[in-house]
Amino acid sequence: MTTLKINGVEHELDIDARTSLLDACRDHLALTGSKKGCDHGQCGACTMLVNGRRINSCLTLAIMHEGDEITTVEGLGDPDNLHPMQAAFLEHDGFQCGYCTPGQIVSAVGMLGEVADGWPSHASADLENGATLSGDEIRERMSGNLCRCSAYPNIVDAIETASTKLKENA
Amino acid sequence: MRPFEYARAGNVSEAGQLAGRFIAGGTNLLDLMKLEVEAPEKLVDITRLPLDKIEDTEDGGLRIGALVTNSDLAADPRIRRDYEVLSRALLAGASGQLRNKATTGGNLLQRTRCGYFYEPSQPCNKREPGSGCGAIGGFNRIHAILGTSDKCIATHPSDMAVAMQALEATVETQKTDGSTREIPLIEFHRLSGDTPEIETVLEPGELITAVRLPKSQGGNQVYRKVRDRASYAFALVSVAAVVKMDGGKIEWARLAFGGLAHKPWRNHDLEAALKGEAPSSALFDKAADILLADAKGQGENDFKIPLARRTLKAVLAQATKGA
Ligand SMILES: Cc1cc2nc3c(=O)[nH]c(=O)nc-3n(C[C@H](O)[C@H](O)[C@H](O)COP(=O)(O)OP(=O)(O)OC[C@H]3O[C@@H](n4cnc5c(N)ncnc54)[C@H](O)[C@@H]3O)c2cc1C
Ligand code: SF4
Ligand code: FES
Ligand code: FES
Repeated sequence: MTTLKINGVEHELDIDARTSLLDACRDHLALTGSKKGCDHGQCGACTMLVNGRRINSCLTLAIMHEGDEITTVEGLGDPDNLHPMQAAFLEHDGFQCGYCTPGQIVSAVGMLGEVADGWPSHASADLENGATLSGDEIRERMSGNLCRCSAYPNIVDAIETASTKLKENA
Repeated sequence: MRPFEYARAGNVSEAGQLAGRFIAGGTNLLDLMKLEVEAPEKLVDITRLPLDKIEDTEDGGLRIGALVTNSDLAADPRIRRDYEVLSRALLAGASGQLRNKATTGGNLLQRTRCGYFYEPSQPCNKREPGSGCGAIGGFNRIHAILGTSDKCIATHPSDMAVAMQALEATVETQKTDGSTREIPLIEFHRLSGDTPEIETVLEPGELITAVRLPKSQGGNQVYRKVRDRASYAFALVSVAAVVKMDGGKIEWARLAFGGLAHKPWRNHDLEAALKGEAPSSALFDKAADILLADAKGQGENDFKIPLARRTLKAVLAQATKGA
């Protein structure tokens, strides 16, 4: 048996060692918010947070995550109580078909945590002193999330709005 | 994916004895296992081993544990301050999500992105020795121009390893019998030769425990990656440079190249030709002549020869500015 802690709840699972974290959530726990776009780490639709850091859940085995705190898009907020990032995507129309959206939202939440920790990016002119969140920084830091509908401009706007909201709330 | 047995290594000495394929971030191995390019019978999960620290060494350098993630390494204040070229190379690689999983050891051992290697229905000497090389005479836009063989023309895709090569890193390992050794990174990866399936000097079951960087010698540090899109793409050509200037002349220069060969490439003759000279376009052309003297295009990748020249010249111009 494998025990996984997802969105604060522990689940006991009897799964094949081959099961990815993504498939464990989607196929065994009915947590279908996280999407499978490519299954090869190329699109970001499956993004989850593990111990607060964003990862591609399709490229990791569920059995390797016993003891970890896993967060999926369902754990960020629900329709009656949206996370500021979810609300901002609605406000800015940060999607068309919506398939990439859960991954975009979870990735953006993880990304803001990285910025708050002072992590630089490829777009940062200065490596040593952290970064301020410009459009260029958002585009670079979110490049692991593809959007086939190309809703990118609105996604960037949504992340800027959510970032400001979250700072006000903090 | 083929079925496999799964074991979790509890300590470093046990890891090799468990006699299976190590899995760290899994971002390369699982990708290949899904396609059945790789089909290990047993996986040994090494992610719980205490190899996730970056420690100061006695000689003023750093020891980077094999499980330090690419994100943590790029963000480490010491790396950002003293080994900027490494931070830059890491940040130019993959995506935020992948860097959070990818480890130092796994990044060194990631396999080529050659399309024939990835497609089991195609011939590939690296995947299936003796089956031929689909890329020679085939689709070879991303392939090597230096150090190729008639068996394999694949490149090593890592950005991190290119910067580490310019920084003269050393790989620390532990063999299955518990003995340890230190391998200069320049000797770690092999050219494809007659056995493209053997990519490094590691023995079966040998665990990478750390990568050591010597004390920073300062200098101007530059990493330039040329790729098909601005982010989230592998290098077509990349150059890592550490250049120390002295009174308008180049005191010394260390350069390493990605996207050109089966290993992160370094050329000591090129570095010797720069030593003691004043920077000029003619000098940089001479450096490129040395780098590319034996370069061989394969058709679709012929563009890499002039691209490598231009990238090298641009990097040298940038790295020789100022004192
Ligand atoms: C879409 C995509 C884009 C990418 N873009 C880039 C890019 O632009 N630049 C770049 O450099 N990389 C890129 N990568 C590759 C990525 O950097 C590698 O997949 C990653 O670094 C591998 O590390 P890992 O820890 O996940 O390795 P794993 O997948 O866990 O392992 C890889 C190999 O190393 C072995 N191994 C792991 N750790 C050890 C150890 N300590 N000792 C001995 N053997 C070990 C494993 O057995 C396996 O053979 C990309 C990957 C993807 C999927
Ligand atoms: S270049 Fe190497 S990896 Fe690619 S098909 Fe030829 S042998 Fe295989
Ligand atoms: S489904 Fe995981 S990255 Fe595409
Ligand atoms: S909204 Fe359709 S893929 Fe992004």
